[in-house]
Amino acid sequence: MHTVNDLLTIRNLTTSFRLKDTYHAAVDNVSLSLQKNEILAIVGESGCGKSTLATTIVGLHNAINTKVTGEILYNQQNLTQLSEEQFNELRGNDIGFIFQDPLSALNPLMRIQEQIAEGLIYHTTLTKQQREERVLELLEQVGIANPSRVARQFPHQLSGGMRQRVMIAIALSSKPAIIIADEPTTALDVTIQAQILDLLKALQDETQAGIILITHDLGVVAEMADRVAVMYAGQVIEEAPVQELFNNAKHPYTRSLLNSIPQTHQENERLEVIHGMVPSLMNLPREGCRFSARIPWIDASAHESTPQLHEIAPGHFVRCTCWKHFHFENEREGVSV
Amino acid sequence: MSFMQIKDLNVHYPIRGGFFNTIQDKVYAVDGVTLAFEKGKTYGLVGESGSGKSTTGKAIIGLEKVTSGHIIYEGQDVTNRRRKRSSTYSRDIQMIFQDAHSSMNPRKRVIDILAEPIRNFMKLSDQEERKRIKELLAIVGMSEDVLLKYPHEFSGGQKQRLGIARAVACHPKLIIADEPVSALDLSVQAQVLNFMKDIQQQYGLSYLFISHDLGVVKHMCDYIAIMYKGRFVETGTRQDIYSNPQHIYTNRLLSAIPHIEPETRVARKEARQQVEEKYQQNHHQYYDEHGKVYPLKSISETHKVAMSGIEREGL
Repeated sequence: MHTVNDLLTIRNLTTSFRLKDTYHAAVDNVSLSLQKNEILAIVGESGCGKSTLATTIVGLHNAINTKVTGEILYNQQNLTQLSEEQFNELRGNDIGFIFQDPLSALNPLMRIQEQIAEGLIYHTTLTKQQREERVLELLEQVGIANPSRVARQFPHQLSGGMRQRVMIAIALSSKPAIIIADEPTTALDVTIQAQILDLLKALQDETQAGIILITHDLGVVAEMADRVAVMYAGQVIEEAPVQELFNNAKHPYTRSLLNSIPQTHQENERLEVIHGMVPSLMNLPREGCRFSARIPWIDASAHESTPQLHEIAPGHFVRCTCWKHFHFENEREGVSV
Repeated sequence: MSFMQIKDLNVHYPIRGGFFNTIQDKVYAVDGVTLAFEKGKTYGLVGESGSGKSTTGKAIIGLEKVTSGHIIYEGQDVTNRRRKRSSTYSRDIQMIFQDAHSSMNPRKRVIDILAEPIRNFMKLSDQEERKRIKELLAIVGMSEDVLLKYPHEFSGGQKQRLGIARAVACHPKLIIADEPVSALDLSVQAQVLNFMKDIQQQYGLSYLFISHDLGVVKHMCDYIAIMYKGRFVETGTRQDIYSNPQHIYTNRLLSAIPHIEPETRVARKEARQQVEEKYQQNHHQYYDEHGKVYPLKSISETHKVAMSGIEREGL
């Protein structure tokens, strides 16, 4: 699972938020790794901790109300131990971040060129002239047709797709080794989404960056990812190469999710629904299988008392043993999985 | 037979400017839309953002002023009519909003939110009203102890279900659902869509389902209209649109949908890029000088598609 040539290694990472004077883990003991030139997708419903994981990697949480334990290893440094100054060296330079909503992530009072150049001022020694050239180059790279005009515009003058392209240009500005894309296409139309995803892929081929793609859209995952980690209630519950995950998903949660997609090439009358809902942070069950409450027809003895990730095929990890006994509610019991 | 027809609906917004703030130009948000609603069917309105699909929905329910065209409901022209709050049209056409949270008064409790349409349109005693509210909660599968809660105490899916409960409170004929599930997670989305289908079967409702998610639209809709810049590009049954798309814009839209088959993604990407290339090359054939599509022509009983420029000239 973790090899020496990992670009980024996350080990036993736990991020807890203080709520009413007790700490609640939003990301609970997560271990993941990212290789060079790889797209690792992190999937899950809202509230499962995927965005918290992303923001923890780049240290965007304030230290007063957040407790981070575990290791995030990048370039022989443990990111959880870095000071704010050291982090500033990394953020935007080694790690680029693409946010979900570009309109709120971009400064409404700054022109596009200033926003892109901002990172260059901190991280490079380019002259003003060189910076301007680099800005135009970046805008062209992300497929903006008229870079010199767009560079002088403000975010509100651009369409959603253009804004997201600008965000990508900012993330790419200093050729980062890692790009974290948090729901980069959720707010976009399908045609624009396809363009942005193709762009990300093309840029990756060029720069060989490792991308962590956070999304709730399994379609996007199938289009983009090399490896997928499915998160539920703060834990990684299944991790597998993309084809393996879509063809041979094991964990009940993954299977239920795949089952609830209204697919464009099947016309079943009813969609499968997962019972109950994602437990909130304050009343997460901390012991036993966290998904058990949502599959009550599965016998309690099927779950492990402290569910662990088991490698069931090369590179395919599943948490808990309940998948061996899982069947959908309307299926007859004892159907082999 | 359709109970409601929409004929050549136009919604234009003036762009004012210049010295005297005169009308310089217009935004053609909805530009000649014709539709007919039958009982118990679902009509999908698909398009990219800015294509005018939401404006169409709002114009039908009366939240936008119609510039020209007619909305005929059960034989009566209801376009831009001043209506009493208690008119049948207001009662029979209801709406589900995308953002359920902002569509509810944060200071009202669930009981008052659900009682509002009942108080407006039905003359019920307090007890009957209470009974109806409990029925509504049962329809959307929520327990009665939510009655005294406030909207912020609910999750997104629950709020959307309350929105649906409010919309069906007075036995409407048509519900305009403006992106009802696009803010929801997959499993919650499945729940809400199932509810919408159940309620439809039970009460013979019609839906105008506005969405940009072609997967959801395919699951829900009997008839689909693809919209672009205020006009219909292609209309037809679900099979017409998905199995036999004619217009290049429809093809482009369909090719952009992500599929959950990682094996074929390279092939699909190539196909998508070919469609995109063709779209760029042949753009002028399908769009007039304002970048709009040409009028529709029928190619089968149910299937209509916008003409290409050549066909238009031949007419």
